[in-house]
Amino acid sequence: MVCEQCQQRKATVHLTRIINGEKTESHLCEMCAAESGDMGWMMEPTFSIHSLLGGLLDVEQGTLKRKETRCSHCGQSYRDFTERGLFGCSSCYETFSSQIPPLLRRVQGTMEHRGKVPVRAEGMVKVKRQLEQLRRELEEAVINEEYELAAKLRDHLKTLEKQVEGEK
Amino acid sequence: MLETLSRWTLGEGPNAEYVVSSRVRLARNLKDYSFPHLLNREQAQEIIDEVQDITAQSFSTYQLREYDDLGLQVLIEKHLISLLLAEQKHNSALVIGDDDSASIMVNEEDHFRLQSIMPGLELRKGLYQVQHLDNLLEEHLEFAFSEQIGYLTACPTNVGTGLRASVMLHLPALVMTGQIGPVLSTLSKFGVVVRGLYGEGTEALGNLFQISNQITLGSEEEEIISNLELITNKIIEQEKLARKKLTHDALLRLEDRVGRALGTLTNARIINSAEAMKHLSDVRLGIDLGIISDIPAKAFNELLLLMQPAMLQALERKKLTAMERDIKRASVIREHLSKRMEGR
Ligand SMILES: [Zn+2]
Ligand SMILES: [Zn+2]
Repeated sequence: MVCEQCQQRKATVHLTRIINGEKTESHLCEMCAAESGDMGWMMEPTFSIHSLLGGLLDVEQGTLKRKETRCSHCGQSYRDFTERGLFGCSSCYETFSSQIPPLLRRVQGTMEHRGKVPVRAEGMVKVKRQLEQLRRELEEAVINEEYELAAKLRDHLKTLEKQVEGEK
Repeated sequence: MLETLSRWTLGEGPNAEYVVSSRVRLARNLKDYSFPHLLNREQAQEIIDEVQDITAQSFSTYQLREYDDLGLQVLIEKHLISLLLAEQKHNSALVIGDDDSASIMVNEEDHFRLQSIMPGLELRKGLYQVQHLDNLLEEHLEFAFSEQIGYLTACPTNVGTGLRASVMLHLPALVMTGQIGPVLSTLSKFGVVVRGLYGEGTEALGNLFQISNQITLGSEEEEIISNLELITNKIIEQEKLARKKLTHDALLRLEDRVGRALGTLTNARIINSAEAMKHLSDVRLGIDLGIISDIPAKAFNELLLLMQPAMLQALERKKLTAMERDIKRASVIREHLSKRMEGR
């Protein structure tokens, strides 16, 4: 067997990478294998994510052909993204906002950030998360017929909602 | 920075018998710049200069364009930079603290990759480290952030928390008892990605596996870390059981295997990396099980790094052919083991 990389020397290193049960094999000569860096694979789980995404994103090509919108900040189109697997800038997320939800549902399974928030954005996000939490608790209180608690929660909700309105 | 050993090779930390190292990284981007692959040299430099200013008190900034290929390869082997950062060396930099466990890759796929790498199972400490760095940067910079979907990244697979955590596990007993396949494929259903590097046959090179979180959006950072920790602990449990079974059912075979591995490593004059990894794994298992008592465990972790191709050439201070590397590798391993056996 000939080395896949240089197509010259004999392949003596046979690597099988198994990622989530998916097997990929590569056959390299010793020199090319050494150059590819035996430990490089441990650096960051990239599992050629971009080519992987490329395939998934093709589904949306149909919508692309009709109108080629470009991001006003970086000039990239959605097609550029599907080809490269990378957006051009953070404004692309707004420019292509109609394509983002199905994309994120496929890649991440969800659309809702629940993690850290930068201090600059913190106030509003905290209040919004608190609102959601209160709404859930209120629903539960009503179901459990805990009316006193429900009344209290409702008052709390109103105050917070006013606060949010005031900020706008 | 090039010739010293990394902190992750210390071989200490919680569960060090099973966990070689823990990595945590956060992806962050500036609001007002395009992502790194679209930046010109000046814009890229502006970002580097800015982060250098902010971190100057306790971090040093290295412009990667000042390194040759060998130097960059060493940094990759030390897990300090990625291949991508090296490929973009004209626009990229590494910002690193005195203690090399915390660092920032500047202008990789995202503007900032804040990372921590520590020996043993230390995901929580790693998270604190990168969040501390994140807070420092955030005081001065405006990150690209959406209330709905969190931190915005060049690739949508990192959106949300931007958090990727991983552990490198040494699982020789699960491999020897043939249980590694079912264990790992079961776990991959719980939101983690499992990666191993296999040589010929079914044995993974060095019996090393990397487990990392698959999804970055929809959970809090602590939940992502807890889930990975939980799964790691499950694997450790299984590895412990397999080691117990091996010592109970096949001690003589195990002692034979460990003894042969040590014999090879202490006597070989030419050794390629696949063979060295295999024997090092056996020796490490022998140390962990008390079959070998005169070599400290950290010798294994240190050699994992020292035997890498670019490290060998950095030690020799010149480029080596594949054959010369195999010779150098054999001598580095012999010398290092005897040094550690004598308690040096
Ligand atoms: Zn080749
Ligand atoms: Zn854009």
